[in-house]
Amino acid sequence: MQIIEQPKVYDVVIIGSGAGGGMAAKRLSEQGLTVAIIEAGPFFDPKNPAQKTQMKWPWESPRRGASSVRDFGDFDMAYGGWDIEGEPYTTKDDTEFEWFRSRMLGGRTNHWGRISLRFGPDDFKKKNIDGLGENWPIGYEDVKPYYDKVDKLIGIFGSKENIRNEPDGFFLPPPKPRLHELYYIKAARKAGVAVMPSRLSILTKAINKDRGVCFYCRQCSRSCSVYADFSSGSCLIFPAQKAGNQIDLYVNSMAREILTDDEGRATGVSYISKDDRKEYRIKGKVVVLAASACESARLLLNSKSKQHPNGLGNSSNVVGKYLHDSTGSSRMAFVPELMNRDRYNEDGVGGLHVYTPWWLDNKKLDFPRGYHIEIWGGMGMPSYGFGFNVNSMNKYLGMKVGGYGSQLKEDARKFYGAFIGVSGRGESVAMKDNYCEIDPNVVDEFGIPVLRFHYKWTDFERKQARHMHNTFEEIFTEMGGEILGDKPTKEQDYGLLKPGQIIHEVGTTRMGSDPKTSVTNQFGQLHDANNVFVVDGGTFVSQADKNPTWTILALAWRASDYIGGELKKMNI
Amino acid sequence: MDRRETLKTLLVGTVAGGAVLTGAAACKQDVGAEVVDSVEEAIEGGGYGRTPKELEHDKKLHAETYFKEHEMATIAVLCDIILPADEVSGSATDAEVPAFVEFIVKDLPYHQLPLRGGLMWIDHEANRRFEKDFISSSDAQQIEIIEDIAYPSMKEGEEEELLPFAQGIKFFSLMRDLTLTGFYTSKIGIKDLGYVGNRANIWDGVPDEVLKKHGLAYEEEWLAKCIDQDTRMDIATWDAEGNLLT
Repeated sequence: MQIIEQPKVYDVVIIGSGAGGGMAAKRLSEQGLTVAIIEAGPFFDPKNPAQKTQMKWPWESPRRGASSVRDFGDFDMAYGGWDIEGEPYTTKDDTEFEWFRSRMLGGRTNHWGRISLRFGPDDFKKKNIDGLGENWPIGYEDVKPYYDKVDKLIGIFGSKENIRNEPDGFFLPPPKPRLHELYYIKAARKAGVAVMPSRLSILTKAINKDRGVCFYCRQCSRSCSVYADFSSGSCLIFPAQKAGNQIDLYVNSMAREILTDDEGRATGVSYISKDDRKEYRIKGKVVVLAASACESARLLLNSKSKQHPNGLGNSSNVVGKYLHDSTGSSRMAFVPELMNRDRYNEDGVGGLHVYTPWWLDNKKLDFPRGYHIEIWGGMGMPSYGFGFNVNSMNKYLGMKVGGYGSQLKEDARKFYGAFIGVSGRGESVAMKDNYCEIDPNVVDEFGIPVLRFHYKWTDFERKQARHMHNTFEEIFTEMGGEILGDKPTKEQDYGLLKPGQIIHEVGTTRMGSDPKTSVTNQFGQLHDANNVFVVDGGTFVSQADKNPTWTILALAWRASDYIGGELKKMNI
Repeated sequence: MDRRETLKTLLVGTVAGGAVLTGAAACKQDVGAEVVDSVEEAIEGGGYGRTPKELEHDKKLHAETYFKEHEMATIAVLCDIILPADEVSGSATDAEVPAFVEFIVKDLPYHQLPLRGGLMWIDHEANRRFEKDFISSSDAQQIEIIEDIAYPSMKEGEEEELLPFAQGIKFFSLMRDLTLTGFYTSKIGIKDLGYVGNRANIWDGVPDEVLKKHGLAYEEEWLAKCIDQDTRMDIATWDAEGNLLT
């Protein structure tokens, strides 16, 4: 089969169009550079009526939004999921790793939770605090200017709180708490747990004339058709194209490897078109990896050459290592005081209006890293699963469970909105022995060798999860809630979810000053090939107890400024 | 995106939900947008955002038939025993729950065997007691059986598996779950429930009377941080310290 050469030579070829790829495309094209984006999925615009799920009613889906087709339900805006037909991944040594991929323009930014937390000064220097893992080669002061720019460009609501490790930014005002969130505030404070307005990249207020303002449908996971939430396409790529910058989109294009010359420098990217299943080559002076931490590691490991026999950028043998995801565990309670609620529209934004940042000192605890708490509940739109065990809470009221007839309708109305849930999302310690590598035995349907995962939680994470459940129970007890489900036991890892399930996987191409122990420098530039950069979560040295997206955006902006400068100086 | 365009985008999809007037009214009032030119313009697109592959999958499922006529008739009777029409809302069959059950067992095949077997179980039980299948039994006879299978154990220490008619209880619990979910995800059910969201609106906090009922109040300090909805369309500007100026 002949490989087809694309005639155009780009200044930059970017693989992936999520947060990192979108930001790089915008900032590099704005510097006058020609940019190609290679995206494994189709074109997507949340405004496109044919693709839109926002404002659809449950009955418009024959399965009423069940998750049999899309993993987070029919209306969720991610094409892909935990398993993609024809694109497997494997595990070894009893590893249970789950890898969520979204194959579409904008990637996972189309459905994510929009929780947009800056890392604080401590988050870049955890080794200084607890001696574990490694420090970042940069500190908060290096990234702060870029966080500021990201805040203003994309828009984020929040409040100034003057908490050292939860730095303030340029915020839009947050929405008022919902009823169940007021219950949470009161109970959390009684339990000695901090609580403050959440920080989400949703426009509660206009930031320009191009994007709409939130109209409170709680459906950010469906991607906003008026661009009132952050998605990479609607907020970065489309505006950059509209402004006349040169960004060409190669969609349905599955990157296979990065091509290098005799000096070991990148010359472009080879990819397979999903439309005709033919292999193409596209040339670029610079290659930027933004395919997600694991996919970018896969690309590097699959880019073997005489100069890079161990995979591109892998002379250190560190590519794929230090893979880590946030920890996660959740609990739910029935709150009798919230029965028989008055009805009103409390959809609000697509996520929590209040949250708990990490509020304790790990020096006084038996685990090293913190977690934050997310809160959910309220009178949301029903979908498949609503009404299951409709009156099982009657057991707390001394009333009959089960039955039939009009009584069931009364029960459904009585218990609607009477539940509250909390989810802990914490920091794990990056371990060299948690990694992804190329499976020597398996290829995907495009003939590309796939990833194999090896990942084990340690007692650091298990003890943290135990602490989460103790906290959850204290808060629910203060709330007067009936705590549902048994407290997870040691045998159940204290309720810790499987690695990968929080979808914050980072660390596979970590940055550092020493080429022997890191893959890139502080700008995401490969130590081994100076015209290849990584701008996704791969470069994270440690994940904080924060969601990674805001830091990916800030670092991608910072890397893009550096790339532009280096190109001008003819250094690359 | 200008306001007019925002509204047009917004309205696509809301018409199908019958919320166009509310949506338009809310927009006109809150976003300050103009009204769309025509309803046709607003409902362009249709569907529910399927990819071509997903659309094929849906079509394939729709083309298949799982339940036989007698089974569907029994499902309809059971659905309406579970959720009959009353002064508040229509019945499960009014809300087309049986059609939903037929679809969902094709979509989630693990429901097939428990339902098909359960339907046979209930016919057998009716035959055993009354020498008739379930739907041919009288209302009183049907209810006699239902009474025996409608209540999973609620007594401390009593296990559902040990109850008489345990299999019937399992089956009826599944029928109840699917009926409730089918009903409350239908137009009729959402109205019954009183869910009033999924439309353009401006969230400005819990209504005062609700706060009072729950003995709660917004704190001044917290409220001061929150959005003043009168300023939502004013473009944000900040000073160098990140203090909002507009």
